[in-house]
Amino acid sequence: MENKTPAVAMRDITKTFGNIVANDKVWLDIYRGEILALLGENGSGKTTLMNMLSGIYFPDAGTISVDGKEVVIRSPRDAFALGIGMIHQHFKLVDVFTAAENIVLGLKEGGKLDMKAAAAKIRAICDTYGFDVDPDQKVYDMSVSQKQTVEIVKVLYRGADILILDEPTAVLTPQETDKLFAVLRNMRSDGKAVVIITHKMHEVEDLSDRVAVLRHGQFVGDMLTKQTNAQEMTNMMVGHAVTLNIRRPEPKNPRKRLEVKNLTVRNVDGIVKLEDVSFTANSGEILGVAGISGCGQKELLEAIAGLQPVETGSVTYYEPDGGAEELLGKDPLAIAEKGVVLSFVPEDRLGMGLVGSMDLTDNMMLRSFRRGKGPFVDRKSPKKLAEQVVADLSVNTPGVSTPVRRLSGGNVQKVLVGREIAAAPTVLLTAYAVRGLDIGASYTIYDLINQQKEAGVAVIYVGEDLDVLLELSDRILVLCGGKVSGIVDGRRTSKREVGLMMTKLGGGDANE
Amino acid sequence: MNKESRFHISKRKALPWYKAWAIRGAAIVLALIVCALITTLATGLNPLKVYGTMIQGALGTPRKVWTLMQNLAILLCISLAVTPAFRMRFWNIGAEGQVLISALACAACMILLGDKVPNAVLILIMIAASVAAGAIWAVIPAFFKAKFNTNETLFTLMMNYVATQLVAYFVIVWEVPKGAGKIGIINQSTQAGWLPQIGDYKYLLNILVVAVLTVLMYVYLNYTKHGYEIAVVGESERTARYVGIKVEKVIIRTLLLSGAVCGVAGLLLVGGTDHTVTTTIAGGRGFTAVMVSWLAKFNPIGMIFASLLLVFLGRGASEISTVYGLNNSFGDILTGVILFFIIGSEFFINYQLHFRVKAEKGGEANV
Repeated sequence: MENKTPAVAMRDITKTFGNIVANDKVWLDIYRGEILALLGENGSGKTTLMNMLSGIYFPDAGTISVDGKEVVIRSPRDAFALGIGMIHQHFKLVDVFTAAENIVLGLKEGGKLDMKAAAAKIRAICDTYGFDVDPDQKVYDMSVSQKQTVEIVKVLYRGADILILDEPTAVLTPQETDKLFAVLRNMRSDGKAVVIITHKMHEVEDLSDRVAVLRHGQFVGDMLTKQTNAQEMTNMMVGHAVTLNIRRPEPKNPRKRLEVKNLTVRNVDGIVKLEDVSFTANSGEILGVAGISGCGQKELLEAIAGLQPVETGSVTYYEPDGGAEELLGKDPLAIAEKGVVLSFVPEDRLGMGLVGSMDLTDNMMLRSFRRGKGPFVDRKSPKKLAEQVVADLSVNTPGVSTPVRRLSGGNVQKVLVGREIAAAPTVLLTAYAVRGLDIGASYTIYDLINQQKEAGVAVIYVGEDLDVLLELSDRILVLCGGKVSGIVDGRRTSKREVGLMMTKLGGGDANE
Repeated sequence: MNKESRFHISKRKALPWYKAWAIRGAAIVLALIVCALITTLATGLNPLKVYGTMIQGALGTPRKVWTLMQNLAILLCISLAVTPAFRMRFWNIGAEGQVLISALACAACMILLGDKVPNAVLILIMIAASVAAGAIWAVIPAFFKAKFNTNETLFTLMMNYVATQLVAYFVIVWEVPKGAGKIGIINQSTQAGWLPQIGDYKYLLNILVVAVLTVLMYVYLNYTKHGYEIAVVGESERTARYVGIKVEKVIIRTLLLSGAVCGVAGLLLVGGTDHTVTTTIAGGRGFTAVMVSWLAKFNPIGMIFASLLLVFLGRGASEISTVYGLNNSFGDILTGVILFFIIGSEFFINYQLHFRVKAEKGGEANV
């Protein structure tokens, strides 16, 4: 395998943004008939490197060769002409168009646009690799995994034989991930070169033939997947040894903290998002919530936090000293005024939890700006809090007066979690707390959540990585289509059981 | 691939302030050069002389300086008014109507109560009426935005026409003398309801009021809880609700303020300087204020300079058309060119052009 000419050879690639060196003399070889996993922590320059290959960025220095010939890639069109296609983490599709319309969008073919021929070609591609795409389906009707499939077909339609996928499994269920991997393996046997950017070690081990590791914008090394293991790869990524185990302390003196009964929620379009959901969350315990994305997780947390109008049901809060308080029908301010310290780390960090254009200090103030008499805001204590969060959680930022939008995903999350924990909550709601975070940052977040649990907080942890949910949660609530599919013991259940419950109510009689 | 464009554009990371100002300075120099070329080609005049005349026209005599300051004060006042709404991403382009309606309210007080109440009381009533009228005119679209999420841009724009028609109607009702089609100077003999003049300076009161307003608005937007709430709502309504800010309340409160400050502008125009009301009393400044606010990136202190620039250009442009007997539009052409360059310079502050060098070696020159 190593004797072949690489499909793509990147040599001494350097790219800087202002003072930040995103890539520093990176070497990378990509071979046909091989799946390469590109590993690295957040901000290590994986996406930047791949963006240069797909024509989004242009390198400051260095050369790129395709099939041994040096090339200049100035735009995605150039990349396509060389057979390079990238599937981005955030889909770039037009919602009101059909799959086929999206796929042909932007193509400059001579003659009239022939949608029938396009649809036929799309079907042919789908048959070759085992995709399931209806060319006439509108994108707004599609699930996340269907949209991703459209993105992949779009790239193949343009004749790409070097495919780059940026964290493709972040939004998929285990079953959907398996399907995607099967397709990628088909592509490999078809002689295509596949590059997958990911954080998940078990996926790397499952899928890839070779691994290349970046750290702080520099190329650390590459090796065959079967000759390495998760621990070694992680150490290379992080630069020092890390332990890959998540602690799960036994709950101490768990007591009923939050009781949700018969909760039913409709969204603005009148569609039922949650139906008759009941469960209890105990203090000193982590309740994991599993489910395919869009199964009501968001509505559940927002209903508890007072952000989502509810049709029926109740959410009762039991105070540590025994009193009870109904939370439904109250907005976040009213809940706080009742003395209930409910912290919420929402899914959309910059769209809901934080204000991107404001600096760290002003973001710390979001929860506390009403404090103090008089019309003026006090920025002194939020500034101290910001400095403390930066120090305690080792947030990588030039200072507390940097707009949070400029920080990387992991650091944004640390700021948000830091603020929410600083309020000394009794209930902590987290939605996809580690989405897009690298290993180091993820483990910091797991640690913080565990500390809260040990401090007697009732934690509700909505997650997408089943491996983590199974390691972290004391109990797991599985949602399926807005209903409770079951509540299982995190220490006894298996990934397969939870996966089945996610796709089928109760997980029962699945015959496979 | 060789057919690809000769340059590409990328977003800059934050630029140090001195570089940003260097770009702006270069833009103004370029604008002056282009204006000079246009002047020479189109009229054959010496461009330096034309520039000299512009400066003369704007700052030539103490009286001209005072007029400039007065125009600056009114434009700045209206710009201050729209700014809180803009910071909230509420596109209030109804300042024109809000100024008009408060000017009408102010004039109504002067006409109807002119000799019936003591002057001090009359002035207090005028202040209350103007501020209330502006606030009401602004809060109507705000209410519908908050309750039904109507489009505030269209709504506030339509309110302008309603205000203009109302003023046109009352001008006929109160016209002096009958058939004149205008109100004329109100209470010319008694001067009832005329805002007091400080010393010999007719415009000083207006200027001082707006100066104080500028400082207050700066403090309000940057250092108060209200100002903070406005910024959060503007950036993300979802974040605002998440921390328990009542978005509807903030929208209505902010537009009350926005309209009230427009009311002050109407009061200063009618009670302070013009002592009459016409349909053109706002003179398009409700719209120019939108530009001032944007040019200054919603910063009240920056707005002083932005309105100074616009007022200076306007005064200078009208001077050259008089002095050289040129068509009025010529001044506008020069103003347009200068604004084009200044607004265009923001593009170069935010983005970077990379030009392609002849050799295809992938070398790049950064500009």
